[in-house]
Order: sequence, then C-alpha cells, then structure tokens
Amino acid sequence: MEAKAQSTADAHPEDAERKLEFAYYPGCSLSGTAVEYGISTKALCNHLGIKLEEIPDWICCGATPAHAIRTLFPLALGARNLALAAKLDKPLLTVCAACFNRLKWTAYELKHNREAREKISQLPGLLDGQTVERLYELQILHLLTVLRELYGIERLSERVRYPLKGLRVACYYGCLLVRPPKVMQFDDPENPRVMDELISAVGAEVVDWAFKTECCGASLALSRSDLVAERVHRILSDAKSRGANIICVACPLCHVNLDVYQIDANAKFGYEHDMPIAYFTQLIGIALGIPAQELGLEKHMVDPMKVLKNALAQKQT
Amino acid sequence: MPRIGVFVCHCGVNIAATVDVERVRDELAKHPGVAYSVDYRYMCSDPGQNIIKEAIKEHRLTGVVVAACSPSMHEVTFRSACASAGLNPYLCEMANIREHCSWVHQDREEATKKAIELIRMVVERVKRNEELFPIHIDVTKRALVIGGGIAGIQAALDIADAGYEVVLVEREPSIGGHMAQLSETFPTLDCSQCILTPKMVQVRQHPRIKLLTYSVVEEVSGYVGNFVVTIRKKARSVREDLCTGCGICTQRCPARRDGIPSEFERGLATRPAIYIPFPQAVPNVPVIDREHCRYFLTGRCRVCEQVCPAKAIDYEQQDELITENVGAIVVATGYELISPSIYGEYGGGRFKDVIDGLQFERLLSASGPTGGRLVRPSDGKEVKVVAFIACVGSRDRAKGIPYCSKICCMYIAKHALLFKHRVHDGEAYVFYMDIRAGGKGYDEFVRRAIEEEGACYIRGRVSRIYESNGKLIVCGMDTLSGKLVEVEADLVVLATAMRPSDGFDELARKLRLTYDEHGFFSEAHPKLRPVETNTAGVFLAGACQAPKDIPESVAQASAAAAKVLSLFGMPRIEREPTIAEVNEMTCTGCFDCERVCPYNAIERKEIKDRRGNIIKVVASVNPGLCEGCGACAGTCRNKSITLKGFNDEQVFAQLVSASV
Amino acid sequence: MSDVVRLTDAKLKEFVTEVERLSGQKVSQCYQCGKCSAGCPMAFAMDIDPARIMRLIQLGQREDVLRSRTIWICAACQTCTTRCPQEVEIAHVMDVLRSMALKAGYTEAEREITEALSQFVENIERRGRVFEPELAIRLNIALGRPFKDFGKGIKLFMRGKLPMLPERVRGLKELRGIWEMVRKLELSEGERHGGEGTKHS
Repeated sequence: MEAKAQSTADAHPEDAERKLEFAYYPGCSLSGTAVEYGISTKALCNHLGIKLEEIPDWICCGATPAHAIRTLFPLALGARNLALAAKLDKPLLTVCAACFNRLKWTAYELKHNREAREKISQLPGLLDGQTVERLYELQILHLLTVLRELYGIERLSERVRYPLKGLRVACYYGCLLVRPPKVMQFDDPENPRVMDELISAVGAEVVDWAFKTECCGASLALSRSDLVAERVHRILSDAKSRGANIICVACPLCHVNLDVYQIDANAKFGYEHDMPIAYFTQLIGIALGIPAQELGLEKHMVDPMKVLKNALAQKQT
Repeated sequence: MPRIGVFVCHCGVNIAATVDVERVRDELAKHPGVAYSVDYRYMCSDPGQNIIKEAIKEHRLTGVVVAACSPSMHEVTFRSACASAGLNPYLCEMANIREHCSWVHQDREEATKKAIELIRMVVERVKRNEELFPIHIDVTKRALVIGGGIAGIQAALDIADAGYEVVLVEREPSIGGHMAQLSETFPTLDCSQCILTPKMVQVRQHPRIKLLTYSVVEEVSGYVGNFVVTIRKKARSVREDLCTGCGICTQRCPARRDGIPSEFERGLATRPAIYIPFPQAVPNVPVIDREHCRYFLTGRCRVCEQVCPAKAIDYEQQDELITENVGAIVVATGYELISPSIYGEYGGGRFKDVIDGLQFERLLSASGPTGGRLVRPSDGKEVKVVAFIACVGSRDRAKGIPYCSKICCMYIAKHALLFKHRVHDGEAYVFYMDIRAGGKGYDEFVRRAIEEEGACYIRGRVSRIYESNGKLIVCGMDTLSGKLVEVEADLVVLATAMRPSDGFDELARKLRLTYDEHGFFSEAHPKLRPVETNTAGVFLAGACQAPKDIPESVAQASAAAAKVLSLFGMPRIEREPTIAEVNEMTCTGCFDCERVCPYNAIERKEIKDRRGNIIKVVASVNPGLCEGCGACAGTCRNKSITLKGFNDEQVFAQLVSASV
Repeated sequence: MSDVVRLTDAKLKEFVTEVERLSGQKVSQCYQCGKCSAGCPMAFAMDIDPARIMRLIQLGQREDVLRSRTIWICAACQTCTTRCPQEVEIAHVMDVLRSMALKAGYTEAEREITEALSQFVENIERRGRVFEPELAIRLNIALGRPFKDFGKGIKLFMRGKLPMLPERVRGLKELRGIWEMVRKLELSEGERHGGEGTKHS
C-alpha cells in the first residue's frame, strides 16, 4: 500500500485558504459501533483541508428512542447540543444521519413552535447562556452537502488518484437524512442524488435501484433483530439484482444493520448475500489515495477489500 | 315638498317576531316628509306590491322606502313595482330591517328602536334622490369564442345557428381539443372522434363561423356589446387558401426522424416538423413548427416546398394581426393534466411505462401510435397486467391540489373496461379512494366494469411504484380488508389531476377576469350564475371554469350561448345608471381615479376651445364599463366625481339622521 | 373487536381530544386513504396497520390503540408523514401514542422493544453519551437473554468497536438536575407537545 498520503492541504494550499471550518458533532456511535465512520471522516476532512473542531462536552442527540417515548427530553437534548455548538461560532457539521435529523428537527421546532421555545426557556442552565434564536439560526450541515456544495464536486474529482473502476455502488440513504422533507430540506426525499453524484465523481459506477430510502429497521436491531433481518434481506436483494457489488451508506445504524446483521438476514432466508457495506467517507477516501487502514475498512463484518482491490489497482493517469 | 311612502314588511315572523312593526309604522308616519306609512305581512308578494302601487297614485308619493329584507333580495322587485306605477324606480330605496336588524338582535325594544332609526335614515336619503334613467348601449351582434374544444365548438354552433356571426379562435393548429384525443367516451362508449368530427366539420362549413386556428388573442379592449379584440394568427408557413390537405409534405419531411415529440400523441410518438396533428384535423392544413424545422434552423431543406403539388408552402409567411369587433365573448379554454413529476414516489415521470390517462387513450385509440394495440411504451411488449391509480394529485392537500377532478373515476372504469375488451386474459387493478359516479348511467357503468368485466377494485392509495425486472411494482393497501397488496404490472396509468390550460393568467388579465387559487376562472355566482363572469359580456364554458366531463361541458356551452343570445336579442343593452360621473369643470386631470378603477372605466377626454386647441384633459367615465363601485368618487381629491344614486347629499343626509 | 361501539360515549371523544392536544394533529384530517400503511416498511409485522390505527383513534378506541403492538413495531422512519396527502404527521402521532401507552403502563405488547427504548433513554440520562456495551448488556439481562448476539459482540470488540469505558462529559451532574425537571414537566397535566402543525409563530 502507498505510504501515508500527504494532506492535500499541503499539496493544494488553496484548499486551506477556503477556510472550511466546522463545529463537529460526531454522535455516540462514532466512538463505538461506527468507529470507522469517525476515523474515515477525520481522515477525509484532514486530506481535504476541512477543519473539524469537536464541540466540547456534546451529549447524545437522543436518536430515535428519545423522541419515541419522551416528549420534552428530545427537545432538551437537541437544544443543549445546538447551544454548545453555537458557542464555537461555526456552522455545525455531522455525519450521522440520526444526529443530523434530530438537530435539524430541534432547530425547526424551536423556530416554528412558540410552546417549544417557552418550554426550553424554562430549563435554567440548559442553553449555557445562548439565546433560543441563536439556536435555530445555526447552520446545520451534513458532510455530503459540504462536499458537494462547499468543497465542490469538480474540485473533488480533480483530487481523485484511484478512480473506483469496477465498483458498482448502490447508494443507500435510509430514512433520516431525507425525511420528513419539510424539516430536513435535504435533497429529493423519493430519489436523492447527492451521494450518487459524489460517488460518481470519484469514478465509480453508480447503480440505479429501488430501495434508496427504504427503512432498514433502524433501532429495532436492539430488540427485534428478526424484523431487521427481513428489511435487510429486501434491501440487499434489490441492490444485488441491479448488479451492485457494494452498498454505500451515510448512517451508522444503517451500516450496523446492513453489515453486522447481514448474517441474521442470511440465516433467516438461507442466502449468502456477501455484500460489503462501506461509508461514503471510506469510498471517497480510497479514491483520493488515503490508505485503507486510515479509513477503518478492516473493521467491517463483511469484508469490502475484495471488491476494492480491483479499484485500487487502477490509478488515474 | 317631499311625500315619502314608508312600507314596513313583517316578512312573516322574520321581522315581526323581533321588531314591533306596528309601532315602527306609527313612528314613521310622524316623521317629517312622510305622507303615508303602512305595514303588511309580505311586501314582496303581489298584494304587497299592489299596496305600494296604489299608494303611489293615491297619495302622490315622490319617494318610496320599503323597510324589509336586503336590497340584494328585492330591490329590483320593488323598483319594478314603482316603475309600473309611474314612479321613477331610483326614487325607491330599501331599508334593511331584517339582515341588519331582526335577524341579528334579540331584544325587542332595542331592535324596534334600531329599525325606526334605520328607516328614518333612508327616508332622509330618499328625499334627496334624483330620477335616473337606464343607460342604453348599442350591441355589436357578433360573438368571440376563445377555445375550440368541445365546449367552444358547441357554443359557437349554438350562437351561429341563431343567426349571428361567431369568431372562433383556437391556439392549436386544429380544433377538437382533448376530446379529439380520446378513444371512446363514457358511459356510452361512443367513438370520440366519430361524435366529435361531425361537429368540427359543421364549424368549418358554417356560413357564420369565422374559424381562426393556430391563433391567439393578443389584446381585448372595450366593454360589453363593444369589444375590440386583436387576434394574432400565427404563421403556419402554409397557404390555407391553396393547400388541398393531401399530406405529402408531412410524409416527406426529413425531420420526422428527428424525434420531435407529438403533442397530440402526448409524447408517445414523434411527428415531422411540418405536420397535421391528426387525420381528421379541422382545418386539414399542416403547420410548420419553426422551432424544429430544418429549414428555419439551418437554412437548408425546403423538401416540403418541392413536393407540394399545390405550391402552398410559404416560408416567408408572417403572423397576421386581425382586429374583430364583437359584442360578447365566451371563454372555453379547457384544461390540461398535471405533470407526474411532483410524484417522486411514482417515479416522478422517469418510468416510461407509467403514463397518464390521455396517453392511455392514445394507446387505446385505433388511430394512435400503436394502432390500438396495448403495448408498453418502453419495450413494445404486450400489456397483460395494468394498474390504474386514481387521485394522482387530486384530493392531495400535501401537493397543493385539494379538489376532486371529477372525471377520473369514470374514465378509469372506462379504461378498465376497454382494456378487458381488448385483452381478454388481461388483468385490470384499480386503486381508488372513493367512487364518484353521479351522472346518468354512471354508477351502473362502474358496476359493469367491476361485475361484468372483472376489474379488481382495491380501496387504498398506492404508496410507491418502482421498477424491478422489467415490471412495475405497485405497493398498495386495501383498507377495506386491512391487507397490504402488491401488483406486478406491465403498465401503470395515473389519473392525474385536471388543471386549467396554460395561459389562464394572461387571458384573465386581458379580459379582466378573476380566477381561484388553482387558476379556474371565477363564475359570477357558483349556484345561480355558473356561466357568467364578473365582467359584463364575458361568459364561461367548459373545464376552464372547473373540472367537468363532456356532457356538462356541452350543457354549459349551450348555457353560455343562451346568455350571449339574450344579450343579442334586445335591440340595445340596458345598464344600471348608478354609475360615476365626472364634473368636467372642476376636474384637474390628475387621473388618480384612473389608477384606482378596477374596471378600466376611466377614459381621457380632451376639452378643446372653439379653435380646437386643447385646454385640458379630463377624466371621463365609460358608462359601458363602469360598475358603480365608487372607488373613483372616494379617491378624487377635489370631489369632481359623484356616484349617481350615492351622491354626497344623499349619503350625508343618511348619516346625519343617524347621529341626531 | 366484537363489542359494539357506542358512538355517543363521551370517553371516545376524550381520547381523540387527548391525542390531538398532545400531537398537535387534527385526527379528522385523515380520510383513510391507506397510503401510510401501503408504504410502511414495518406494516408486515404489525397487528393493526397505521391507517387503521388512525381510524381507531377517530373512533376513540383507546384500548385497542394503546395496547397494540403496532406502536412499538413502528420504526419511526417518517415515510408515512412524508407521503400523507392530508399532511397528517402520523409518525409524530405514533410518538405520542407510545408515551401515552407508557403512562398507562401498557408495556407488554412488545416488551423487548419497550425495554430497549427505555434503557437507551436511561443510558443517555445517566451518561450523557450512550455507552453502547453497557446498554447491550443491561438490555440482554433485563430481557433474560444474556447471550443474545454474543458472537457479534465478541467480533465487534475484536475490531475495536466496543469501547471499554464510557466517555466523560463535563457538567453531567448539572444536566442530570435538568433532566429531573424535564421529567417533572412531562408528567404534569398541562404538558403539550406540539408537532409541526401547532402554534406556528
């Protein structure tokens, strides 16, 4: 494998001049079951000169369980995190789809719902000195948007060293990135394309398929993994039937369900899916020349290296 | 000396239960200037009106006040009664002691006092009323019909058959509208073109119908009875007087291989650059689509000119501006279907085999792109399983279309039925929410589709449609049984919502029409005046007013024609004289009135001296357009405009009486 | 299901009012088109499909709704809310039904799911950030299945995906105090949780 790639910030000083700096909200799973997502995000951003300042003392966004069984608690969690982020005076960036969804929802509620604002104001010390207005004025971005809009697809494709030929990628968005559209305002909720465009820009063949935004079963993995197996089987089957040899995700829970619980799906339906699941940060990272170990690719249950090796053998001239 | 008659109506118990009408009568009898005061149970009845008529004669009344309901109910009734008794009708006013008093108060004492007050106010006003006489306007007895679909055709024929000239303007190269695209019509399953084309030919041959196709209305000025319309006859590049309709040019045009989507075939087929939209087109004269014609784009070709035996091709032909004077206008601009692109969950228009109702009509049609064979647009394979989805757009608040498009339940049943006729072993699935089949024979028709043809009706909306292995997977729900359902279909037909045709906003501006939030033109009253608009002399027919089917469009077209004929039937039009009048001596020509007039009724008039020099330009009210709203009178800075029947003296007298 | 519903029973309307108040949704907007059920990824496993849940709410059938398995099987994927033609936020109604069910003590329909959700939330309250290994172990013990996914756990641990220690969050003590307040506010009667449909200003 190549020697550790230089940060393109050195090779391309104009990247650093762009001053893409963000208040980074990793979310709980990025230090646990989605550790490779965190690793690859940092590696990729470092490579592109995108500065991530982790928000000090951030807390869990609540994901699905908080709003599923509590009413004020999820709002309080979101408000706390927005307040901590606001202190850094930079736009907030996250890569976890659930965190993205909860933070945007919090901002939306605070902006449009007077009662929500009143309730939050009743909790002393929660906002750590920030005003509620500051909370919902904060820009909340996903790395996908940052790469396409702020960094730029053209520029990204120019940085490609290993165009991912031979990769037939089914880009899987899942639920929380795009729904509900009124709150998320993130791409077309029925046929999103931002990930497809980025993956296409780094030379892979992007496969059109029918389960882009179909739910994987989400947090039911903890309790009813049998139901998750059912959903995972359907998703993997459709991807495979379209000729995909790898699925690309932008959500830690989707990754766990499709990767870690793939054996449950296999067992339930008597079928070996053998479909590697990669984070978009990992695929883009590979294409840009970041070594595989720096992207955590060895941490997956279903080994992606078989499919990636072909791609890596072809360097951009 | 004023001699006012006061007539207090009980209106059964509507007024009398709350207001002490006898006391009111007695109090008003004491009011200065009141010569006669009486009460009666129902003033609007014949005996009631007779009381008024006799009182006018017997007591030599100089004015009449009827204290009863709202003027919008019976002002016309009582004014006619006064007129027939020899009293100028504008010396009769109503005091509303029902909607404004007895119907909104419960305390008898208070209500009675208020009634007395209200009547006194009107008495003081009427003392200052002047005699007014209706304004007569000449009528140009020619009509303009905008839109050549079935509604426009019917209206034009009805008016022309009555002996008047009609100008029929249609923006497409041929008349016929959407009805010409249909295969068969419900519930009779008549061949659409077979019943339509005779009417189209009638239009063409009618001695009193001037047909202008491939033409649009540019500007409209004037007023009822006296419209001046400028029509742009777009250049066909073909001489209508020379063309024989042989069609050789359309067969030899090299651009027929250029993939120009055919509008008539709704994109399911292509057409050449010089084309006749369909074989039975009226007029049967082709049109050159200059945006796709190779000659107009590159300067090379001219094949059509070479092959035309009648030498009818004229590339230099220009648009022609034609001016027509008409007395009435019928708007019949029809509808369009919404694009499925707003339904991402149904493919957003990406799937070739997910089509709309009109496209399915073209597939069914024997003269359509597949010769009536039901095959998939994507690969030409036979269709064995078809899913029909109702309410795509309609009744969908989230997509901004809350209304029902009315015709879809019926045409879906028709489609399912016709499909089963063509493909005996085919399967038809209809996903619906409710069945709206209120017309004659309609419900029976739907039952026939289900009971005799075996169409499978599933009550539930479809959540999404996706492609898999060359089939379309339709994911639905049968709410009646509670079962999730799925259909693997070869073809999906979406019943997309009806919307008004493109350009409704521009046309509304030109005709000073209003339209609702969806663009459908507004009728004057939804129940009682469905074909009139708020612009005098402009009428509506067909789907441009609201979604409707062919029988309703035809009925409405004849209704609009009837209105036009009643306009033409009188030698002149009578208009209400309660309009604005400018005092040309004091008018300074600032034209603030012109700016606020919603009816464009203010004109500029030059005042000249004896030598013909212009002294000043003043405002002048066009009596044909003025609707008497009073905006100008209120705006005029130096009170140079008065509203007849509502001048300052009258209004102030009424107000002062109240405050005493 | 076999009982005759007495439509004039005031209790029926009480349930409707309560759901509407807590969710900010007008339940009568639902015209039972079934699009939510047709697109629901978990409908295959539910006892009562989402459209029918909405119908049962309209008919004031508190017990049927709050005791259903449906509200727990719901994955909160928001597909229903996204596609509803009448703009009813069905997913949000599901949230409300779940907290109503918990308040009523109805936790047996899908005990595993209820327990998993509750433990997740407790973990947040206690730790600030979710400590996944602790959550998994406590949950498995609570549900009497200590070795579920044990193999997976080992593999994850070997790959460094299960941290040994929880992450430290400063100010956690103060936050716990605030969480107490939040619980109290949630329990009080006047609590209203507005959805996107209420009181926009």
